[in-house]
Order: sequence, then structure tokens, then C-alpha cells
Amino acid sequence: MTKETLIHHNAGARNLFGFWAYIMSDALLFASIFATYAVLQNNTFGGPSAGDLFSMPFVLVETLILLASSFTYGLASLHAHHHRNEENCKRKVIFWLAITFLLGVLFLAMEVFEFTKLFQEGAGFQRSGFLSAFFTLVGTHGLHVTAGLLWMGSITAQVIRHGITERTVNKIAALGLFWHFLYIVWIFIFTFVYLIGAI
Amino acid sequence: MLGNLTFSAIPTDPITIGGGALMILSIATIVGLLTYFKKWKWLWTEWLTSVDHKKIGVMYIILAFVMILRGFSDAIMMRLQQVLSVGDSTGFLPPEHYDQIFTAHGVIMIFFVAMPLMFGLFNLVVPLQIGARDVAYPFLNSMSLWLTVAGAVLVNLSLVVGEFAATGWLAYPPLSGIVYSPGVGVDYYIWALQIAGVGSLISGINFFVTILMMRCPGMTLMRMPVFVWTAFSSVALVIIIFPILTATLGMLSLDRLLGMHFFTSDFGGNAMMYVNLIWAWGHPEVYVLVLPAFGIFSEVVSAFSQKKLFGYTTMIWATVAITFFSFLVWAHHFFTMGAGANVNAFFGIMTMIIAIPTGVKVFNWLFTMFRGRIIFASPMLWTIGFIFTFTIGGMTGVLLSVPVADFQLHNSLFLIAHFHNTIIGGVVFGYFAGITYWFPKIFGFKLNERLGKAAFWHWIVGFFVAFVPLYILGLMGMTRRLSHIDAGTGWEPLLYVSMAGVAIIGIGVVLQILQFIISIRDRKKNLDVTGDPWNGRTLEWSTSSPPPFYNFAIIPTVHGRHPFWDMKHGVGVPQEKPSYEDIHMPRNTAMGLYIACAGFLLGFSLIWHIWWLAAMGIFGIVALVIIRSFDYDTDYYVPAAKVAKIEKARTK
Repeated sequence: MTKETLIHHNAGARNLFGFWAYIMSDALLFASIFATYAVLQNNTFGGPSAGDLFSMPFVLVETLILLASSFTYGLASLHAHHHRNEENCKRKVIFWLAITFLLGVLFLAMEVFEFTKLFQEGAGFQRSGFLSAFFTLVGTHGLHVTAGLLWMGSITAQVIRHGITERTVNKIAALGLFWHFLYIVWIFIFTFVYLIGAI
Repeated sequence: MLGNLTFSAIPTDPITIGGGALMILSIATIVGLLTYFKKWKWLWTEWLTSVDHKKIGVMYIILAFVMILRGFSDAIMMRLQQVLSVGDSTGFLPPEHYDQIFTAHGVIMIFFVAMPLMFGLFNLVVPLQIGARDVAYPFLNSMSLWLTVAGAVLVNLSLVVGEFAATGWLAYPPLSGIVYSPGVGVDYYIWALQIAGVGSLISGINFFVTILMMRCPGMTLMRMPVFVWTAFSSVALVIIIFPILTATLGMLSLDRLLGMHFFTSDFGGNAMMYVNLIWAWGHPEVYVLVLPAFGIFSEVVSAFSQKKLFGYTTMIWATVAITFFSFLVWAHHFFTMGAGANVNAFFGIMTMIIAIPTGVKVFNWLFTMFRGRIIFASPMLWTIGFIFTFTIGGMTGVLLSVPVADFQLHNSLFLIAHFHNTIIGGVVFGYFAGITYWFPKIFGFKLNERLGKAAFWHWIVGFFVAFVPLYILGLMGMTRRLSHIDAGTGWEPLLYVSMAGVAIIGIGVVLQILQFIISIRDRKKNLDVTGDPWNGRTLEWSTSSPPPFYNFAIIPTVHGRHPFWDMKHGVGVPQEKPSYEDIHMPRNTAMGLYIACAGFLLGFSLIWHIWWLAAMGIFGIVALVIIRSFDYDTDYYVPAAKVAKIEKARTK
């Protein structure tokens, strides 16, 4: 390994480690909101409760879409990491990033649809402590997904411009940590908000 | 167009106008001087856009010094108000103004004095102590600094445009909710802390990675200097707790902005949840601040006792134990919540247990001094003063940890005396000791010792005169945050004594300002040409004072806990003729400053509900981050020949 690549390699490892630290702190941000939701989930103040509101099949489709996006992102990472020397590598990475992006947009659209529907049913976030916590928890996840999508657009543009290099692969890996992390957070939301709420 | 911002936001009472005028006058003077001496370009290229950790550290400390003057003026006004507002007289501050002053005092002292001092010292010292050339993410380091500055600017802006929170430094709801605080004060509070908090979090991650991944060869974890260990524990806490603060203040602002019901009294909100969450951040936060001070004392006590530190391993484990236990004590801030006897007993006992590792540390410092040849230089005086003061503060803390006693003393001046006892005696004395100790390393000359010692004696005497009366007043039943006192209470004489104490501390502060002025004037007499003014043991003393911008021409290899001491005694000395290599360094950038400016605009527009500006702020931040991410030319090499030239000039 030449000195040049050694330094970039170290910088890459350092950046990924820093991202792990960031994701741990982000997990605590979600933990704080989860704890808040746990305290407020029965404070409906005479308004609708979790059991009255959520449509499970709809949420299941949402979950599957995000799961699929996690998988397609994995394919993008796989091509970037292991098939770097293949001919079509750059095109495949861009293709899978684009598919992931579309799935992410679809997920967000469903979430916006769900929020709008709740508002129309008179179950907005001003209705009760429970609904404030619900909208904030799910909305914070949605904001993270939005940030992830912006980030994905930026990285795709960088791949188009620079190709699959040490640096772009490293960026794909960092966003990968974030994207899969968001899926894990969604699993917790699915379980603690929707599934337990539906019981 | 401008949301809620109108001309009526400009305050009209004479005290605020005076303060604001003073602030504008100082800014105008600085701008005038910079223009007169044609220093703008120098300021921009050498300082504002610098990513050098040493310069960022200096800027953090300058910010802290500016803000401590404001926090201290608030303290003087509070003390004055309480002696002037007894019986029929109402003093010089109306209650709503007095309330803003005690809130600003707490917020400024913790977030904009103690935190910048801490990150400033981390920046100055940690990379040098671990034998690194910079921190892990130099650009993020610059961004963190400017985000902290943006928060500080918001706090100061609230003085001349609008008002500050009148809720106390933690802004408990429902008082801080929109119903009871309809003005912009709480919004200033929220957004100043959110913006500065993001800076702190990123800085925390930065130093966490720096310490874990950038140590020089041979420096294992158990060979790290104690200050690096305490910095590590402190930033590990920062990473864990600052997201809680962000979430909590975020929910409070959702209550205020969008009419949600997290902490409201109706619609199923729960105000006590805020109190729990904020202290789950707040209690570890005080350990974030005091652990690095413990590290400084450990370095100082060893250097000035001319011995190695007693009990290095126990010191490290005590630090780790405190870090862990700091998460298990938060409910002792509100034993009166009504959580029941079992919960209170648990948190009371945990609070008592945390005194044990702290006691271990105190004994380690004492045993380091035992049979040492102690040099009573000013950093050592701050350290001895600390041991004495902090031990008293710790004992009153254990007293408060007994729930039944706390029910009586809760929110009384006894509590105020207790935490000032630990924060002034621990954090403030520690950071003053650290600044005096490392000043020659950064600037190449020592601070004036005579004035330093005089300042110390005024501080410690003033401290006890100011705060012992508060212990007594607390036991007499005086609660905190009173803007008016009944004549029949008999509290007045002790309040006068306390006022006198603040005056003595004030002389100490003046002496410290003089110390800096005179030290800079006489710098030729106090030059540190060896790079090792205190006969130190750790790596920062092995390079020159001030160090070259790359710190170490050749990254050192260490063989023990006292690498520089070993080098001075012939172990691990670098080879005779060094062969230099190209050095990889980050490029300066103004991006951090720009992002912080956009963050400031976002905060300001959310405070005043100027929605188009808020949208521009968000767009600005996103765009700037993306532009930065497209920049692949962020670092460069210093050629070996140039390094050799710099080294030759430096070691002449």
C-alpha cells in the first residue's frame, strides 16, 4: 500500500468509526422520544387511542417498502465494495441507489398520506399528549429519512462525477450505516407504536 | 414580513439600554481597531477560517472570557438587587427583569463559559498529549466552534432585541410553555441552546474518535495522561446526553410553536416528564464539566509536587465509575416530585455512592503531594484551593442526597451554595489552573505569577465570604430566585456579607484581566524557550512553545506513562539526525463559519416566526453541507524539505 492510500484508508476507517459514534447518539435521541411516547401513549384526553386509529395492512406495506429499500441499498454497497473492478460497477451502483431513493420517496409519501388522513379524522397532533408524541416520534423518523434521501442524491451525484473510488465507497458505507439504522428504528416504531397500539 | 419582530422589541428601560450600549460600543471599538490596523485579512485567514486545533482552542477560550464577564455582571446585579430590595424598597430591577437575569446567569455560565472553556482546553491540550497532529475531523471542529458562537450571539442579542427567558436556567414547564411565557424569551433560550448543543455534540464525537484512533504508537489506553482519560469520559458523556437535551428542548418548542401537548397542564401533557428528561441530561452534564477539571488537577498536582501521580490506575477507574454513576442520580434533583419512598431511597443511595470514587481521587491528590517538594506556583494554589473547597461542596452534596433533608432544603439557598461550591471550587478553579499551566505551551511565555497568586487569594476568600452566608440563609428558610425580601425575615445582614464576597471576587477578576495585560506587555521577560517550563512528564512539553502548526515534526513513539520524562532520562529519545517526511494537513476553510451563520439565521427566524427566513436558513444549511461534501480538495502535504526548514529555524 502506498502512503497515499494508507492515509486515505485511515481517514476512511476514522470516518466510519465517527459515524458509529454519531449513530449511537442518534439512537439516544430516538430513545428519548420513545420514552416520552411510552409515558404519553395512554394520555388520549378523551380523543382517539392507538387502537382506534391505525390501519395495520397499510403500515405493513410501509414497513415492507422500507425493508426492501434497506435490501436494495445493500446491493448498492455490495457492488461498490466487492465488484469494484467489474465493468458495469458504476452503473449498477447508481441503479440500485436510484431504486433505493424511489422506495424511500414512496415510504415518505405513504407517511404523509397517513398523517393527512389522521388530520382529516380530527386526530391531529394538537388533539392530545398521545397524538403529539405519536406525530413527533414517527415524524422524527420521517425527517431522518428525508435527510437520508437528500444525502443519497448528493452521493449519487458524486458517484456519477468521480466514479467508484476509495472516497465515494467510504461515503456509500457511511450512508449505509445511517439507512440501515433508520430501518431498525422503524422496526421499533412498528412494534411499540403500531403493533402494541393495535392490541 | 418580519414575523413578530417590531420596534417594540427594542427594550426601553435604562439598565438594558446601558448594557446594550456597552455591548455595541465594544463591538464598534473592535471593528474600528481592526480597520485602523488593517487586520481584517489577518483575522480572516489566520483565525476565523483556521482549522488548527490550537487556534480553535484559543477562540473557544476568548468566547468563554467574554461571556464570563456578562455572567459575572448578572451575578453582581442579583446580589445588589437582594440587598436593595428589602421591606418597602423594591430595588432597581423589576421582577420580570430580575427573572431574566438569573436565567441568563445560569445559562451563560454553564453553556457559554464552562463548556467553551472545556472544549477550548481539549483543543489546546488533547492532540498534543496524545502525540497527534490535529483532531480527527478538523473541519467539524471549526464548525462546532462557530455553532457555539452562534448560540452565544443569540443569547446576547436577546438583550437588545426582545427579551430572555424568565424561567430559570432549565426552563421548567408549564412556566416555560406558551401560556405562561408568551414572549420570545423562552424561544431565545431554546434556539441558543439547540444551536450550541449541536456544536457540543459534534465536538464530543470529534474528541471521542480523536482519542480512540489518533494516539501515537505505543500509547495504549492505560498509558494515556489522566487529562486525556478525563476528556475521554467527558466526551463519552456528551455523546450520550446531548441528544436527550436536543429531544427535550425540541419537544418544548413543538409545544410552543405548533401547540402540541407534551408538557402542558391539559390535553394529557406531563410537565414532570420534562423535569426528568432535562435532568437525565443535566446531571451527567455537571460531570461532563468537572471530570476534565479533575484531569487538570491530576496533571498540575504531579508537576508541582515534582512526583509522579499517586494511584494512576485507581484515578482512571474512579473516573470511569463517576462517568457510569452519573446516569443513576438524576432524580435527586426533584425528590419532592412524589415518586415514592423506594425511588427516592434508590437515588439517594446512588448519590451517596458517587461520593466514593470522588473521595478516591481526593486521596490520590493528597498522597501525590505527600513527601513531594511542592512548588506553590499559581496552578498549584488553584489545585489546593480546589481540594479544600470541593471537599466541602461534596459533603454538603451528600447531605442533600438524604431525601428527608432535601425536602427541607429543596430550592433553598443552601442548594445554591452547594452547587456553586462544587462548580466554582471544582470547574472554575480547575480551568483557571489549566489555563495558567498550559498558557506558556500555546503562547510561548508564562503568565505573571504575582498577579496570578493575588487573583487566586481574592477568588477563594471572596468565594467563602459570598457563599457561606448562603448556606446559613438556606437553613434559615430563604428560597432561591427571590427579587424582594420581607424586612422581618432577618436575612438582610447575611445578604450584605455575601455582597461583600462578590466584591472581593470582583477584585480577583480585575486582577486576572490585569494579569493578562501585564503578562503580554512583559512577555519578553517570561519567555519559555525550552518548551518545558514546569519540568513536565507528558508529550505536550516535548515540542516547542508554541508548537509548530503540525505539532510534531516526527510522530513520537512512547514506552510508558511518562514519555517525555523518559526521553529526558534517555529512554525513547528520537534518533540523532531526524529524517523528515511529508506531513499531511487539513486546509483552512470558511465553511464551518458559513454553516453556523445559516444556523444563526434559522434560530433567529424561528424565534420571531419569520418563516421565509427560516426556510432560507434550512436551505442554506443543506446547500452548504452538500457543497462541502462535493469538495474533495480538503487537505494538502507539507513537503519534507519545508518541514526541515521550519524545524531548523525552530530549534536554533
